[in-house]
Amino acid sequence: MTSETGIGAAVKRKEDARFITGAGHYTDDINQPGQLYAVFVRSMYPRAEIRSIDVSPALAMQGVVAAYTGADLAADEIGDLPCGWMVKSKDGSDMIQPPHPPVAVSVVNYVGEPYAMVVAETLQEARDGAEAVTADFNELPVVVDLASAHGADQIHEAAPGNQCYDWELGDREATDAAFASADHVTSLDIVNNRLIPNAMEPRAALGMYEAATGNYTLYTTSQNPHLERLILAAFVNVAAESKLRVVAPDVGGGFGSKIFVYAEETAVIWAAGKLARAIKWRADRSESFLADAHGRDHLTRAELALKADGTFVGLRVKTVANMGAYLSLFASSVPTYLYGTLLAGQYRTPAIYVEVQSVFTNTAPVDAYRGAGRPEATYVVERLVETAARELGKDPADIRRLNFIQPEDFPYETPVALTYDTGDYDASLKKAIELIGYDGFAERKVSSEANGKKRGIGFSCYIEACGLAPSQVALSLGAGVGLFESAEVRVDVTGSVSVMTGCHSHGQGHETTFAQIVSDKLGIPFENVDVVHGDTGRSDYGLGTYGSRSLVVGGSAIVKATDKVIAKSRKIAAHMLESTEENVDFEEGTFSVTDSNQSITFPEVAFSAYVPGNYPLDELEPGLSEKAFYDPENFTYPAGAHICEVEVDPETGKVEIVNFVAVDDFGEIINPMIVAGQVHGGLAQGIGQALLEHGIYDESGQLVTGSYMDYTMPRADDMPNFVVDTTVTPCTHNPLGAKGCGEAGAIGSTAAVMNALTDALGVVDVPMPASPETVWRAMQGE
Amino acid sequence: MYRFNYHKPDDMDAAQQMMADAEDGVYLSGGMTLIPTLKARLASPTDVIDLSGLALSGIELADDSLTIGALTLHSEVAAGNEISSLSNLALAIGDAQVRNRGTIGGSIANSDPGADYPAAVMALAATINTTAGAIDADDFFQGLFETALKPGAIVTSVTFPLPGRAAYEKFPNPASRYAVVGVMVAETNGDVRVGVTGAGPCAYRQRNFEQALADNFSVAALDGLEVDYAEFNSDIHASAEYRGHLVGVMARRAVAQIT
Amino acid sequence: MEISLTVNGTEHTTDVPDNSLLVEIIRERLNLTGTHVGCDTSQCGACTIHMDGRSVKSCTVLAGQADGADITTIEGIGTVDALHPMQEAFRENHALQCGFCTPGMIMSAIDLVEKGKPLDERSVREGLEGNLCRCTGYHNIVKAVLDAQDKM
Repeated sequence: MTSETGIGAAVKRKEDARFITGAGHYTDDINQPGQLYAVFVRSMYPRAEIRSIDVSPALAMQGVVAAYTGADLAADEIGDLPCGWMVKSKDGSDMIQPPHPPVAVSVVNYVGEPYAMVVAETLQEARDGAEAVTADFNELPVVVDLASAHGADQIHEAAPGNQCYDWELGDREATDAAFASADHVTSLDIVNNRLIPNAMEPRAALGMYEAATGNYTLYTTSQNPHLERLILAAFVNVAAESKLRVVAPDVGGGFGSKIFVYAEETAVIWAAGKLARAIKWRADRSESFLADAHGRDHLTRAELALKADGTFVGLRVKTVANMGAYLSLFASSVPTYLYGTLLAGQYRTPAIYVEVQSVFTNTAPVDAYRGAGRPEATYVVERLVETAARELGKDPADIRRLNFIQPEDFPYETPVALTYDTGDYDASLKKAIELIGYDGFAERKVSSEANGKKRGIGFSCYIEACGLAPSQVALSLGAGVGLFESAEVRVDVTGSVSVMTGCHSHGQGHETTFAQIVSDKLGIPFENVDVVHGDTGRSDYGLGTYGSRSLVVGGSAIVKATDKVIAKSRKIAAHMLESTEENVDFEEGTFSVTDSNQSITFPEVAFSAYVPGNYPLDELEPGLSEKAFYDPENFTYPAGAHICEVEVDPETGKVEIVNFVAVDDFGEIINPMIVAGQVHGGLAQGIGQALLEHGIYDESGQLVTGSYMDYTMPRADDMPNFVVDTTVTPCTHNPLGAKGCGEAGAIGSTAAVMNALTDALGVVDVPMPASPETVWRAMQGE
Repeated sequence: MYRFNYHKPDDMDAAQQMMADAEDGVYLSGGMTLIPTLKARLASPTDVIDLSGLALSGIELADDSLTIGALTLHSEVAAGNEISSLSNLALAIGDAQVRNRGTIGGSIANSDPGADYPAAVMALAATINTTAGAIDADDFFQGLFETALKPGAIVTSVTFPLPGRAAYEKFPNPASRYAVVGVMVAETNGDVRVGVTGAGPCAYRQRNFEQALADNFSVAALDGLEVDYAEFNSDIHASAEYRGHLVGVMARRAVAQIT
Repeated sequence: MEISLTVNGTEHTTDVPDNSLLVEIIRERLNLTGTHVGCDTSQCGACTIHMDGRSVKSCTVLAGQADGADITTIEGIGTVDALHPMQEAFRENHALQCGFCTPGMIMSAIDLVEKGKPLDERSVREGLEGNLCRCTGYHNIVKAVLDAQDKM
């Protein structure tokens, strides 16, 4: 039992049964009799004053029940959408948080920003009604270009120069000194291209209000229903927290984009209250493009100072980060605490200094997208390292080995605030080199040349901080919430178990992996453990799923709660076996008295807990259900080595990935099948950034890549088979020894691809995405 | 979508009468272009006239030509082998699901600059048969989404002379998979024609390539030949200059397939 | 307009607006919500079903075009107790994560295999061009289809 379904087993997923038979319950699948439909009216202008809005033509139309503007929400004192992470500038001043009403009131600041909502009996009528709304706008000068945003026309009264903050981390003096005395400096100007997350399920919301009870229920596509509930209640004032239930049912992917509280579910639940009717909204894909939070979008000047032998002596980074038109929920933290703190990479670089200026532009808000800051950091470091290797004539693996933090150096305090607990970077690199057949590369290159193709190989030795997060650290760095996690392990009378978690699974397989953990620890069948997630009415407050935190923080909470169940069970067993706790052993689901054949099973203990015979009630309560809230001691630090091999067709510039190897250290692994799947998905997104994807606004602020016709999503024929493997250095500070794996694929891969491509072409840099024309032009020397 | 009246006539006369009677009617074939257009509210016809009830499907091989009914699916053409280059072209259209609905008649009547069939129509010197007479390939494509099809007329079939040898090479848009550049090279009874789609506002023939290949049907014959890309399409995926370059590359690859 | 169509073996007659899409009829009239809508430009494939024996994007079929058609959706392919080999292969090979693209992917994959041409990695990847997945990176989907090919 434990070997087939326990920790470490590649158990097939419980959730698959409903997904492969079309029996999933995604938000848009859920319907209430008599529900109304909402359609949003969105700005066609990237920046304009709203002079007036006339919803009366919509109200006059067949089937339209209501039409609201931002002013209506404001009149009900619906608050602004908050940003939950305070970042301070170099001078100690707080970041600027411009007003962010959920539905625009007096000004629109990006194409697609909603300024009205029409609610009707049918979706057709709601669409027709939305089109009938008229509005008068006064267009304002548009700020789109990131490089010139600071100092361009001021978008928000509160933000002079369009600056949100100007943050720094590290030791400027020491870094400047390191550069002054370096033998060699490698520098790169890097553009980290804007991406649009595009989870396959568009965002949706079904809001309900029952006047007789005052209860609000919101079904929505969220990665963190409790956080959604907290914000809607405490910050946006939609309802009292206790009267609002938020349910994130099956959710079709998130990748960060479904963390945030958005205009749409806010307006929907508010309007449901106004009308005392159920209201359904689902985004069209074009709305997802316009109004889901985008990702990445940095401009960076990065420099690495080295000794002649390749030892890193200093790293200096200056980044401008795009916040978009408004601060989304975690936006401020992504290019600061999730980015600057990772610039040590896997290396012992002694002096690091990073400055990040974040600015507002008339584009969609930018926030966390798979990796959130860590892909950007890895890209900077690993492109610099590879480029430095080439400049110094060193092998890319050797230069890394020269600078790796060694196993005996841990715990290692980096110059950028984090302390890595453990790792063995050379082990991953060694395995990756073997798996890609590095020794044979030169020959393969010759072969490619003979076929008229260019071939290149590129490395990326990444590290990430995840398992978000130790509350004390997060709070001290400006987070508005602690980032612990909740778990309840509730044993039934008949011995089956429900596990309530504050995390949410939208593809990660928690219903399986969390069940593996509990069934393994309790020695009960995997089938008898049910994982409950996504419903604020059923699980205690938790922080949801993102930042590769669920197994590490949520799983650890579950372990703690399970340990409490075992502890109480032992007490019960001792009582039932007329022994003492010290003399009761627990193994594979059975409690037995040491050195005797007296034993009882876990189900028998469970039954007894609910049919308590002669319990010493002052010492032993009936029931068997325990909670735990786990607050991590530190972040976790998954790390690994990605190696990419590409072939380029010089005639067209088309890049083919002929091999991709990822060797990752995720600490202890619960389900290797699920882990490999997470890596595959991340790799596709990282490769997508390198070669395919780009969210582009033209100079007039229109989103040019507003559909799959123009935004290049990775398809099956764009991807190779991946070779993935793992090495293990268990995390030192959580009961599972786990580090988390959800984002690693996207964090490490982009740099590996671009290092391979620049190697193939023999150029220093190629912009991302390296589309065929971009590559072709790079080969023409442009 | 806006609201409209849907009709499915049983025969050609009924179809054309419905069109004449409609305030603002549009013909529907496979719908792979029209339906997304309607969903985006980019068009607001009063009447949609579905031609699928008309007997316009089928592939007929004659001694020296192949006639494909307008309603023949891309997947049906792809599964054939009478003109292998044409089947390969059809296989390169869209994706499997699109090929199971899209039709040659619908594709050609639309003259989308990124469609594939127009390159074959030009290269194989096809005749477009319509309810208002036959139109030669060279006269058919007139501009961006513009053809010589008379208002209200319906394409009934396309007749392709059987080539001696022909090949199609396509460079797809990485996002939409439409043709950024698609080139069909065909030699039929000594005549060489090079049909290009994707590059310009509509399909056209690359005349200088044709002359060079007529003299010497080889990849080398195309070396150094210029492509005037001044009027070519340009977007975020491919500039006019790059398309100009690709015309040469795809043409050479097509020739390489058949030499 | 009134249309009749057979869905998963059962005939239905229903009155729908002329501008209804097949996917709307499936999801809303017939409450078969396994078929999903993921985009608005007919490119993601999440809505793929079988219509008269061919894989088709149900978001790009008008109600009138579906009149008289024989439709199979994911719900008609197999059940939890009697899975289609393709469904089984997806589960065995971890070819799904969030599950949203999965019904459409399975329907496309079944049609691809049933076409009869022996498939390899390359041809599976090309054959699934019309289905987007954001979660799996396609690696396990390809494995699953090749696995199912042997069993179908």
